[in-house]
Amino acid sequence: MKKTVFRDQHFLFWIIPILFLLGFYFFPMASIFWRTFGTGTNALTTNQVNWTITGKAIGFTFYQALLSTFYTLLIGIPASLLFGRFSFRGKNILRILSTLPFIFPTVVVAAGFNALIGPNGWLNLLLMDMFQLSTPPIHLLNSITAILIAHVFYNTSIVIRVVGTAWEQLDRKIENAARMLGASPWNVFRKITFPLLFPSISSAAILVFLFDFTSFGVILMMGGAKYTTIEVEIYIQTMQFLNLKMAGILSFIQLFFTMLLTFISLQISQGKQIPIVPVIGGEGSKKPNTLYEKVFVFIMAVVLVILLVSPTAALLLKSLLSYSTKDLSGVLPSWRLSSENYSGLFINDRQSLFFVPPITAVKNSMLYAAGSMVISIMLGTFIVFGNSSAGRSNKWIDLIIMLPLGTSAVTLGLGYLTVFSTSPNSIRWFPVLIPIVHAIISLPFVIRIIQPAVQSIPENLHHAAVTLGVPKHKLWRIIDLPLIKGPLITAAIYAFAISLGEFGATSFLARPEYPTMPLAIYRYLNLPGAENYGKAMAMAAILLVICGIAFITIERLQIKNKGLNSK
Amino acid sequence: MLDLRQIEKEYDGQPLLNGLSFSVGKNETVCILGPSGVGKSTLLRIIAGLEQPADGEVIWNNKDISDLPPYKRKFGLMFQDYALFPHLDVFENVAFGLRMQHIPHIEIEKRVSEALEMVNLRHIARRSVTDLSGGEKQRIAFARALAPKPKLLMLDEPMGSLDRALRDQLTRELHILLGEMDIPVIYVTHDQEEAFSIADKLLILNEGRIVQSGSPQYVYTHPSDPWVASFFGLNNRLHGKIISSDPAVVKTDIGEVTISCVSERFSHGELVDVVILPTAVKMEVENQSQNIFTGKIVDSLFKGNSFTTQVKIGSDAEFTFEIPEKLSKGDQVTFTIDPDAILCFGRKD
Amino acid sequence: MKKTIFIFAAGLLLIAACSQQPNNLIVMTHDSFAISEAIITAFEEENNIKVVFLPSGDAGSILNRAILSKNAPVADILYGIDNTYLSRAIDENLFEVYNAPLLAEIPDEYKLDSKNTAIPIDYGDVCINYQKRFFRENNLDLPTSLKDLTDPKYANLLVVENPATSSPGLAFLLATIAEFGEDGYLEYWNDLKENGIVVVNDWETAYYTNFSGSAGKGAQPMVVSYGTSPAAEVIFSEEELVESPTASLVEKNMCFRQIEFAGILKGTKNRILAEKFIDLMLSAEFQEDIPLNMFVFPANRNAVIPQEFLDNIQLPEVPAVLETDKIAEMRETWIGSWRELMLQ
Repeated sequence: MKKTVFRDQHFLFWIIPILFLLGFYFFPMASIFWRTFGTGTNALTTNQVNWTITGKAIGFTFYQALLSTFYTLLIGIPASLLFGRFSFRGKNILRILSTLPFIFPTVVVAAGFNALIGPNGWLNLLLMDMFQLSTPPIHLLNSITAILIAHVFYNTSIVIRVVGTAWEQLDRKIENAARMLGASPWNVFRKITFPLLFPSISSAAILVFLFDFTSFGVILMMGGAKYTTIEVEIYIQTMQFLNLKMAGILSFIQLFFTMLLTFISLQISQGKQIPIVPVIGGEGSKKPNTLYEKVFVFIMAVVLVILLVSPTAALLLKSLLSYSTKDLSGVLPSWRLSSENYSGLFINDRQSLFFVPPITAVKNSMLYAAGSMVISIMLGTFIVFGNSSAGRSNKWIDLIIMLPLGTSAVTLGLGYLTVFSTSPNSIRWFPVLIPIVHAIISLPFVIRIIQPAVQSIPENLHHAAVTLGVPKHKLWRIIDLPLIKGPLITAAIYAFAISLGEFGATSFLARPEYPTMPLAIYRYLNLPGAENYGKAMAMAAILLVICGIAFITIERLQIKNKGLNSK
Repeated sequence: MLDLRQIEKEYDGQPLLNGLSFSVGKNETVCILGPSGVGKSTLLRIIAGLEQPADGEVIWNNKDISDLPPYKRKFGLMFQDYALFPHLDVFENVAFGLRMQHIPHIEIEKRVSEALEMVNLRHIARRSVTDLSGGEKQRIAFARALAPKPKLLMLDEPMGSLDRALRDQLTRELHILLGEMDIPVIYVTHDQEEAFSIADKLLILNEGRIVQSGSPQYVYTHPSDPWVASFFGLNNRLHGKIISSDPAVVKTDIGEVTISCVSERFSHGELVDVVILPTAVKMEVENQSQNIFTGKIVDSLFKGNSFTTQVKIGSDAEFTFEIPEKLSKGDQVTFTIDPDAILCFGRKD
Repeated sequence: MKKTIFIFAAGLLLIAACSQQPNNLIVMTHDSFAISEAIITAFEEENNIKVVFLPSGDAGSILNRAILSKNAPVADILYGIDNTYLSRAIDENLFEVYNAPLLAEIPDEYKLDSKNTAIPIDYGDVCINYQKRFFRENNLDLPTSLKDLTDPKYANLLVVENPATSSPGLAFLLATIAEFGEDGYLEYWNDLKENGIVVVNDWETAYYTNFSGSAGKGAQPMVVSYGTSPAAEVIFSEEELVESPTASLVEKNMCFRQIEFAGILKGTKNRILAEKFIDLMLSAEFQEDIPLNMFVFPANRNAVIPQEFLDNIQLPEVPAVLETDKIAEMRETWIGSWRELMLQ
C-alpha cells in the first residue's frame, strides 16, 4: 500500500499543502491552545465568567447566522439565475461591483450604510423632505436588521459566484426536457434545477454560514452593544479580560460547530456530484426574451444595485464631499463637493512618524493580496487535484480545510504570536506571515469554488487526452486547468479580496513600516475631526477603485499552458 | 394538425430559418432531413415552445400557440443527447411527466412499467441513469417522452451517437413503435437512411427553408435541385447545353447524353445540370444506339451487393457507379447509361 | 508556475531582508501612538541605532502580547498600558525597575506604580462631548452631573461605548462607579437605559456614526469621547474654524482620567538604550510633541502645551478616581453585570 502512495502522483500533490497547513495553521493553533490549557502558565480561572452572557452569545450566534444565511440565499439564488442564465448589458461590471464589499473593513461599510440609511442618512432626509416628517422614518442601524443587511451585503456575492457559475454550466437541455414533460417553471426549478444545483448551493451556504457564524466587525459595528456572538466573546475575553482560558474554550466551541456543520453539509451533498457540462464562459446565457424574463432581469439587477452597489456608491460620494462642522444654524448639515480629502492624503501635516502615504498603503495591500492569492490558489489546486485524482474526494480533507474559516481571527493571531514572535529578530518575518495567514483564511473558499468544477470534468475527456498522447501526470495541466479557468479566476478574486479586507489576524502582525489600506483607514478614524473622517473615506474610495481595477484585471487573466490555448 | 407559417429565426445576426412553412397531418410521421447546423433543432425548439420565432406562427389544431409556454403544449420532445435527469433513476425519469400531470401513484406505477416494457428495459427501472449504455439511455429517453402520452412527438437526432448496428436495430424498432402510435411525429435527422426508413413524409431543409417535400421514395428519385441530389450523395454531375429537345440531348464534356426528362421540358440551347444516378450504368452495349461511353476503371470497392466503382471518362471527369461485377483497376470498359436514370436541372444563373 | 513561486518567494525574502537592521530598539505601542519623525530621527542618530515601533492594538491587546511573550520578549519597551490595566501588568511582573531621573518632573498623582516599573508618560480625560449648536438651538441647559443625564429632557441624546469592547466606554463606566458606588451604578445605568441611551461598541462608531457634532452627522448630540476631541475638531477641520463645534462636560466626576505608562520589558538586551528612550519620552521635547500627535496631555509638568491645543479644551477639576487594584480585581464583574443589564 505504502509503496503505491509514494509512486503515485498524489503524494506530491499532498505534501506541500500538508506541510504548509501543519506549519502555519495547526502548529500555531496547537501552540496557543497549549498555552491556554497546558501547564499553569497563566493562573486565569473561569470563575468570573458570566455564563448568562456566554449562553446568550452562543444562541445569538446561531440565530443571526441562520437568518443571515437564509436571506443571503434568498437574494443570492435568484441573483445566480440572473448571472448564470442571462446576458445583459453591464453584467460583468455588476458582477465585479457585487464582489467589492468583500474588501471593505467593517468600519467603512458602517459609514456607507450610515450615509444611506442612518438617522441623518440620505434616504431618511429624502423621506423626511418628501413627506414633511419631523423624525427619520427608517430606524435600521443598531438592530438585528442592520446585521442581516450587512451580512447579505457582504456575502451575496459568494452565492452569485459559486451557484451562478454552476448554473451557467448546467446543461439547459435538462431543464428543457422537464418543460417538455409538462413541468411549469416553478416545477422545473423545484424538481430539476434546484436538486442539480444543490451541491453548489450547499457549498455556498456553508461558506456563507461560517462567515456569518464567525462574524465580528459586522456584529460590533452594525448591531450595537445589544448583540454578542461567540467571536465577539472570544475577543472580549482575550482583549479586555485577558482571560485566555475562557477565550480558548469559546474558540473550541466555535471550531467544534464548524467541524460539525461542515460534516453535516458534506454528508447532505455527498454522492450528489452531478456531471455538469463544462462550458466556456457565456455559452449558457442568453438575452432575456419574454416579458417575464425582462421584468425579472430588470428587478433583480435593481435589487442588486440597491443592496450591493449603493452602499459602495455612497462611500465613493462621501469621499468626494467636504464636511463642514462649522457651528452654524440650519437644519441640514452642509456639504460641498471637493477633492480636498484626496489631496489631503498626501500631506503629512504633523510630520508624524506614522504618516501613511496612500501609494505605499496601496502598494503594500496589493503585494500582500497578490501574495496571498498566489499561495492560496497554488495550495488550493494542489489539494483539489490531489483529492480528485485519489478517486473520490476525501471527506477528512474537506473537513479539515474548512477549519480556518471557523477559527477566530484573534485566536489565530495570538497563535502566530506565540509561535513566530519569540525574539526581537522574529518581527522582521511579520510581513511574510501576513500573506501566509491570509492564504490560510482564503483556502476554504478557493477549494470550495474549484472542487465542484474539477469533479464535474468528465472522465472520458481524460481518456481522450491520454489516447492523444498526453502523459497522465500532465492531464491536470493540459486538460483540467483550462477547463476550470472560470472557477479558478473566481477563487483568485476571493483570495485577493479576503486578503485586502482581513484585519483581525493582520493587526497582530502589522508593521508600521508596511502599512496596509485598512490600517491607514483605521489610523485616520482614530482621531476626531472632519479632516480625518474625509481622509478615511478618500482612502476607502481609493481602495475601492484599485480593487475594482484589480478584479477586472484578474478576470481577464489568461491561463497559458504549453502548446494549448484555451479560448 | 400542426401548421408552421412563415417561421423566421436569426442566429448570431445570420438568418437561420427564413420564412419556413410546412404542416404535419394526423398520425403522420414527418422526417426533417438536412445537413448539420441548418437549424433543424432550432425548428423543433420553436415547435416545442422552448424558443420564440422572430416572426411567423405555430398553429396547432387551428389555434395559434406561439405564446403558449412549452409545458402547456403537451408535446413530447426527445433530445439529441437524451438530457436524462442525472439526479433521478430510470423509473423517476420516465415517471417525471406523469408526476407533473398529478396522476395517481398507482396509475404512474402502471404506466411507467408499460413504457419501460415497451422499450424492453423494465428490469433496470431502479438503475441510475448515469450508469446506462448509450442504447439504454436512448430507449429511456424515448420511454420518458412517450409516457405522458404527448399529442405530438418530436425526436431530435435520436440515433445521434449510436453505432451503426444498434442504429439499424433501433430504427426498425422505432419504426414499428411509431407506427403503432396514433399521434403525429416529427423526426429530425441528418441521416438519409434513417429518414427513408421512418418517414411517411420527408422534408428537406436547407438555407432556412424547406427545399423539397414528399414521400421518401419520390424525393430520392426526384430531387428538386442539384443541391438535394448532392445531399443524397448523387455526385455524378455534369454541366451541359440542350442541343435537341425531343428526345432531349445534352452536350457535355464527355459527349452527348440523351435523357428522358419526364418532369420538365427544356428548350433548345438551355444550360442544364445533369446528374447521373450511380445505378444508371449497364455493362451491355449490344443493341444500344445512344449513351455509349468508354472509361478507365480507377477503383472498385466491394460493398456487399455491388461494387462501388470509380470510372474516369475522358481526360478528367470521374464518376461513381454501382456495378454488380468486379472490374480490375486500369481496365478500359465500354458501357451504356440508362436515360431514365439521369436527372436534369435547369441552371438558374 | 514554478517561476511565479520563485519570484514571489524571492520578493518576500527581499522584504524580510530589508527590514533587518543590525541594532534595533523595539518599542511596542498601542495603535494610537504617533510622534514627530524628527525627534525619533535625532535619537537614532545620536545613539547609532534604529528605533522600530510595533503598534499592536489597544491597551488590552498589547498587554496580552507582552504577557504571552514574557519568556522571550519581542520588544524592549512597552508603551500604552493605562491605569485600568496597570495592576495586571505589575502582577505579571512585566517590567524592570527604572528610577528615571526625569520622574522628578512628573506629579505624584500620576505615579501609580510605587516601584517605578511602569512610568507615567501622558494622561487624558474621557468626557462627554456635546454639540454646541444643538443645545443652543433647543434652548437646552447643559447637564451638570452624571445624575442629570437621566432627566427626561436629555432622553435619546447620549451615545456611549460598550465597556467590554471600548476603552473610553470602560472609562465612562468607571466614572459612573466612582460617582454612584458599586451598589448604585447599575441602578443609574438602568435609568439611563430607560432614558434612551444609545450604546455602540466602539469609539469610531459612536463618534463618527452616532454623534451629531462630527463629520458623520449622526443623531445624538452627546457622546462619550475624549476631553481633547473639541480641539481636534478645530485642528482637523476642513475649513478654518476659530471655535470648536463641540465641547466637553467637565463637572465633578463626569470625566475619568486615563494615565498611560511605559516600561522597560524584562529580558531586554538593550537595557541602557531602553533607559535612554524612556528618558527621551519623559523629556520636554518629546512631551511637548505629544498633545498635537496623540491628543493627550504630557505627564511632565514642565512641558509647555501648545496654545492651539488648549484653546478649545475644558479641563475637569475633579476627575473621577478609582484605585487601580480595585479596577483590576473587579473589572470583569462590573463589565459582566453591566452587560447583563444592557444586553437585554
